[in-house]
Amino acid sequence: MSATSIIFKREFVSFFATPVAYVFIAIFLIMSGIFTFMMGNFFERGQADLLPFFNFHPWLYLFLVPAIAMRTWSEERKSGSIEFLMTLPLSTAQIMAGKFLAAWAVLALCLLLTFPLWITVSYLGQPDHGIILAAYLGSWLMSGAFLAVGMCMSALTKNQVIAFILAIVMCFLLVLSGTNIVLDAFQTWVSIGVLDTIASLSFLTHYDAMAKGIISANDVVYYVLSILVWLSAGYLAIESKKAS
Amino acid sequence: MISVNKLNKFFDRHHAVKDLSFKIERGDVVGFLGPNGAGKSTTMKMLTGFLSLSSGQVLVSNLDIEKSRLAVQRKMGYLPEGAPAYADMTVYEFLYFIAKVRKIERSNRQQSIDNVVAQVDLQEVLNKPIETLSKGFKRRVGLAQAILHDPEILILDEPTDGLDPNQKHQVRKLIQNLAKDKIVIISTHIMEEVTAVCNRVIIIANGEMKFDGTPESLRQQSKWHNAVTLSLSYAADVSGVLELEGVADLNYDKNTGRVTVFPENGANILAKLSQFCQQTKLPVDAIYPEQGNLEDVFRLVTSAEYTFNADLGSSANSSATNASTEEEKA
Repeated sequence: MSATSIIFKREFVSFFATPVAYVFIAIFLIMSGIFTFMMGNFFERGQADLLPFFNFHPWLYLFLVPAIAMRTWSEERKSGSIEFLMTLPLSTAQIMAGKFLAAWAVLALCLLLTFPLWITVSYLGQPDHGIILAAYLGSWLMSGAFLAVGMCMSALTKNQVIAFILAIVMCFLLVLSGTNIVLDAFQTWVSIGVLDTIASLSFLTHYDAMAKGIISANDVVYYVLSILVWLSAGYLAIESKKAS
Repeated sequence: MISVNKLNKFFDRHHAVKDLSFKIERGDVVGFLGPNGAGKSTTMKMLTGFLSLSSGQVLVSNLDIEKSRLAVQRKMGYLPEGAPAYADMTVYEFLYFIAKVRKIERSNRQQSIDNVVAQVDLQEVLNKPIETLSKGFKRRVGLAQAILHDPEILILDEPTDGLDPNQKHQVRKLIQNLAKDKIVIISTHIMEEVTAVCNRVIIIANGEMKFDGTPESLRQQSKWHNAVTLSLSYAADVSGVLELEGVADLNYDKNTGRVTVFPENGANILAKLSQFCQQTKLPVDAIYPEQGNLEDVFRLVTSAEYTFNADLGSSANSSATNASTEEEKA
């Protein structure tokens, strides 16, 4: 078994050894229900799609993903287990990948468990299943980007609360950078090019099309790159702690 | 073989480890001593690849720790200070996880786990979560994790800390059994542990090398080494003792009636002294040689004035001892 999959398995099981995963999944499902039915007007819209459900995902992830990401490195550092983990014959990249994939798998599980919504909408009308499937994949990909940000913040500190708050702030900036609130602030004094760059960094901008079931290479590349960049930043944070 | 050459570690401005150099051969059981904050754990963390080196070189079986970290770590077992583990796992799950990481073949895994469980006596807690275990058991889980893959090199940071005397004895016996053809490095505060298991002692203080030699040569640093104590049944004139060849000084405690005779340069004066007592019919109840208190030597060696010269060997040590005692007198 490869090193990454050993770490993956341990991390994944440990989510369920403590109440973390159960609480997380329960809250995720409750919140996504509230967002979809109460705020998204799922029934009133009279359309056989899951757009209200997917539209709220960035905001759901904003708070929930940092909660699951905050423990990944902070807890290891706090309990000292990082010392024996990093002295096992495993590379930091393998550990990072294993941890990321484990938490990402929990997020996948959360999404899978929202299947009653899909059943409901199929029962009520004839939705385009391809669109829904694409939107699920898009949402999962975006959750990976949130997760990578959260893990990077977790790698910076041994305090889980600080990791949580840093991750929320960072994710919030990344979500907001595509909205008018942020763009208006820059509009007056930066060039259009810069403005476009800021907007294009947003999780939201790239998610819009995906929520509607359109998966473009552009968006996929953006999220994959985001994940890689933030995981690399986390990797560097872990490696630099070796020197200090 | 471990070869450490001019090892340095800086934490920002703090110079935690200063120019440490030593070589450890197969079969050595090294007691790594020093006051708290001396840099013991930092050095161990660098040897195991957890911390990077600020400068210098660590070679393990001719592999550079910086360049071939994973290859070195495969040869090593390490018990970090405080024996951290994954608290949410049971002992068995944890050891199984380590067995997988250590690439122990599936067919041998169960056997390896059974072996270490028997060696460190974990049978009764095998299926309990580690977080519910007592300190002693946690420490033994840490030990089990370190020796699971039968490593060539075993690095144990305070392996007996928090254990009761029975458990300490058990762990020392375990280390002695393991040590035969391995390198074992143990950090500890406990001097008796050094004499119990080690055949070599390295003492550092403030990140500097203070002593490197056998436990016996460490003992020889003591003023009390080979000193002889006479217990007198009533007060008598013992000044004649000073005339004997090889006697440097004596200390007469009138309250207890004990006379401690210090030899010159650690010479053996017991025989001469007992002969002298018989000849002069001194009222001696008991006569016994002193061992030299390692705790005293530890304090002496780790004092700021003491300098260790590795090149000159043990003769330099004794002159350094004299120099520092003279300073104390002054």
